[in-house]
Amino acid sequence: MINYILRRLLYAIPILIGVNLLTFTLFFVVNTPDNMARIHLGVKHVTPDAIAKWKHERGYDKPLMWNGAAEGAQKAADTIFFEKSVRMFAFDFGRSDEGRNISYDIRTRMWPSLAIALPVFAIGLLVNITFAMLMAFFRATYIDFAGVVLCVAMMSISGLFYIIGGQYLISKLLHLTPISGFDGGLNAFKFVVLPMAIGVIGGIGAGSRWYRTIFLEEATRDYVRTARAKGLSELAVLFGHVLKNAMIPILTGAVVVIPLLFMGSLISESFFGIPGLGSYTIDAINAQDFAIVRAMVFLGSVLYIVGLILTDISYTLVDPRIRLE
Amino acid sequence: MLFKPVLLWTDGLLWLLLALVGLYAWRVRRREHLLQPWRRLLRSRSGVASAMILLAFVAVGVLDSLHFRLPLDKQAGAAERHYSPEVLSVFDLLVGPLRKQAEKTYSAPFATRLYAKETIELPDGRQLRDYPRLKYGGAHLSDPATQQAGDIAAIALQGGVWALVAGWGAALALVLWLARRRRVSPGAAWRLIRQGGDEIPWRTFLGTVAMLILFACLAAAFSAKYHIFGTDKVGQDVFYLTLKSIRTGLMIGTLTTLVMLPFALLLGIMAGYFRGWVDDVIQYVYTTLNSIPGVLLIAAAVLILQVYMDSNQDLFDTVAARADIRLLFLCIILGITSWTGLCRLLRGETLKLGEMEFVQAATAFGVGHFRIIARHILPNVMHIVLISIVLDFSGLVLAEAVLSYVGVGVDPTMQSWGNMINGARLEMAREPMVWWSLAAAFVFMFVLVLSANLFSDRVRDAFDPRMK
Repeated sequence: MINYILRRLLYAIPILIGVNLLTFTLFFVVNTPDNMARIHLGVKHVTPDAIAKWKHERGYDKPLMWNGAAEGAQKAADTIFFEKSVRMFAFDFGRSDEGRNISYDIRTRMWPSLAIALPVFAIGLLVNITFAMLMAFFRATYIDFAGVVLCVAMMSISGLFYIIGGQYLISKLLHLTPISGFDGGLNAFKFVVLPMAIGVIGGIGAGSRWYRTIFLEEATRDYVRTARAKGLSELAVLFGHVLKNAMIPILTGAVVVIPLLFMGSLISESFFGIPGLGSYTIDAINAQDFAIVRAMVFLGSVLYIVGLILTDISYTLVDPRIRLE
Repeated sequence: MLFKPVLLWTDGLLWLLLALVGLYAWRVRRREHLLQPWRRLLRSRSGVASAMILLAFVAVGVLDSLHFRLPLDKQAGAAERHYSPEVLSVFDLLVGPLRKQAEKTYSAPFATRLYAKETIELPDGRQLRDYPRLKYGGAHLSDPATQQAGDIAAIALQGGVWALVAGWGAALALVLWLARRRRVSPGAAWRLIRQGGDEIPWRTFLGTVAMLILFACLAAAFSAKYHIFGTDKVGQDVFYLTLKSIRTGLMIGTLTTLVMLPFALLLGIMAGYFRGWVDDVIQYVYTTLNSIPGVLLIAAAVLILQVYMDSNQDLFDTVAARADIRLLFLCIILGITSWTGLCRLLRGETLKLGEMEFVQAATAFGVGHFRIIARHILPNVMHIVLISIVLDFSGLVLAEAVLSYVGVGVDPTMQSWGNMINGARLEMAREPMVWWSLAAAFVFMFVLVLSANLFSDRVRDAFDPRMK
C-alpha cells in the first residue's frame, strides 16, 4: 500500500506541473504584468514610471521564463516563473499584490472554514443517507414519490436563495443568530450554526436523490433477494446488505471532497462575513488580487489530488476484495 | 432602412445551435430506431409538461435574440442615417409598454404609489411630503384606495376571458390536427384526448398549454396597467427584467454545451479509440483541468478577460456588444471547465465499443479509422451525449447566478437572474424591505430549473439502455 501511495504521489507531480504551467500562462502570458499594474493603478493617467515601480515592488519586472542577463543557475531562478510558480511546490505562496503574506493568511483563515465545512459535510452525509434510506425503504409508494418530488424541487432552488432566505428568516425576523460576523473560541458557535444548517439543507435535494439511486440499484441485486428469501427483515437487509455494498459509490462521491472542505464555501462565507478561505478568495477576486487567486488555484489542485488518493485508500477499508498494489 | 439588423456573437451561435437541432430532428424523423426513445419520452406526463414549459422559455429566448437598432431622427443636412446605440430585440417590441413604462424608483408589485416619500407640490402652491403616484402603475385610477380592488378583478376577468378564448382555440386546433393525424372523426379525437386513450398524454399537454396561455394572458392584461413584480431602483419594470433574463440563462445553459461538445467528442472518442499514448495525453489533459477547482479557474479566466476588455475598450461599438462578448467568453470558459466529465464518459464507452465484434469486423475489412468512428462509434455514443447535455443544462443555469453573485459572471449591464439576486442583497436591508426582484428571479429560475430537471430525468429514462 505504501508503494501504491508513493506511486500515486509521483503521478501527481506532472499534474501539478500542468496546473502550474496553465495558471502561469493565464496570469503572466495572456495577461501581462503591465496590464495588471494598469488595472491596479487605475486605467487612465498611468505613467510608465508608476507601472515600473508597481512591478518592481511585486517582483513582476523580471523576465518571464529565462533570464539571459544573470549568471549560471540564476538564469532560470531569477525569473517570474521560478519566483512565483515553482516556489509554490514548496508551498511558499509569497506575498499578495497588497503585500500580505499569503501562507500566513491561509493558515489563520483555514480554521473558520473548517468549522463550517466539516460539520456540513458530516451532518449532511448522515442526513442525506438517512433520507435516501427512508425513500429506499418505502420504494414504489407515495412516500417515495413525494420524497423524490421534494428532492427535485429542492435541488431546483439556487443555493443563493437558501442563504438569503435563511439569513432573512432566522437572523432578521426571529433574531435567533447574529446576521453575520465571526468570533474565536466557543463564541464561534452562534455565528457558525446558521451557515452550517443552510449548508446541510441546501445539499439535501441533490444528495438524497443521488444516494437513493445508488440504494435502489443495489436493492435489485440477487444477493438482496437471497437475503429476503432467508427471511431477513427489510431493515436488516437495508442496513446489513444494501448500505454496506453501496459504500463504494458513496465513498467515491464523498471522500474526494474532504480535503476541499478546507477551502470553505465561497458564497456562504462571504455572505455571513466569516473570515475563512472562501471569503478570502472572493475578496481576492473582487480586488483583482491575482497572487492570491493563483495560490488558491494551486492549493485547490493539490487538495483535489490528495482527495483522489484518499478515495482509493478508503476503498480498501470498506471492501476487502480491493488491494492497492 | 427602417432598422439595422445586429447579429451579436451569441445570436449567431444560437442560430447555429437551432440549425443543428433542426438537422438532428430531420435525421431522426426518417429513422424509426432513433425515433423510439423520443416516443418513450413523449409518453410520460412529466416529460410532456416539462417540455412544453421549456419550449415557452425557449420561445422567449429566441425572440429576444433577434436584435436590431432603430434609426435616430435624421438631422437636417446629414447625408447618412444614424442608428440608435441601443440594441433592441423583437421581444422588446412585443412587450413594448413593459420596456418603456419606467417609474422614478422602487415601487411594490401592483402599487399605485412610489416606494419612497417625496415632496409634492400641490396645485395651490403648498408642499406636501407623501408617496407620489406612479406615472404608469395604476395611473388610470382617480382614487386607487377605493377603486383598485375592483379594477384588478376586472382586469383579471378580462385576462381570463382572453385565456379562455385562446385556450379553446388551442384545444380545437389540437382536436382537428389529431383527427387528421389518426384518421378519425373530430369527436373521436376529442374522446381520445379526454380519456387519455392515445399513446401521448394529450390531457397533460393541453393542461400545460392552458396554464401557459392563462399566465401569458393575465400577464399581458395586468402589465398594461400595473407593474406585476414592481419596479427596481431605477424604476424599470422587474417583470420585464426577469423576462429578459431568460435569454441569458438559456444562452449559458445551451451555448456552453455547444462549446464543449467538439472538445469532448473529439478527445473522448480519440482517447478511447486509439488508446496508447493518445489516451495517456488526453487523460493527462483532463485530469489536470479537472483538478483545478472549477469556480477558481472560471474566476481566473474571467478576471483576465476583464483586464483585456478594460484595456481594449474601443473594440466594441455598443454596450450590448460588449456585454455579449463577455457572455460568449463566459460560455467558452464554462465549456472548457466542463468538457472533462463528458469526455471521460465517452472515452469509457468508446473503449467498450472498440472491443465489439462489429468494430473488429470493420477493422478486419480494412475500413479506415475515420469511417469506423463516424459510422460505428459515433452513432453508438450519441445517447450519452444527449443525456449529459440535458443533465448539465439546469446546473449551468444555477451556476450563472452564483458566478454573477461572485462578480465573475455576466456583464453587470446585462439582465440576468444572477445580477438581480446580487442587487437584491442591498435591497433586502432596506426598510420596508424590497423583496420583489428577488421573488421574481426566484420564481422564474425555479420554474425553468425544475422543468429542466424533470425533463432531463425523463430523457435519461428514455435514452439510457440500462433503464429499460
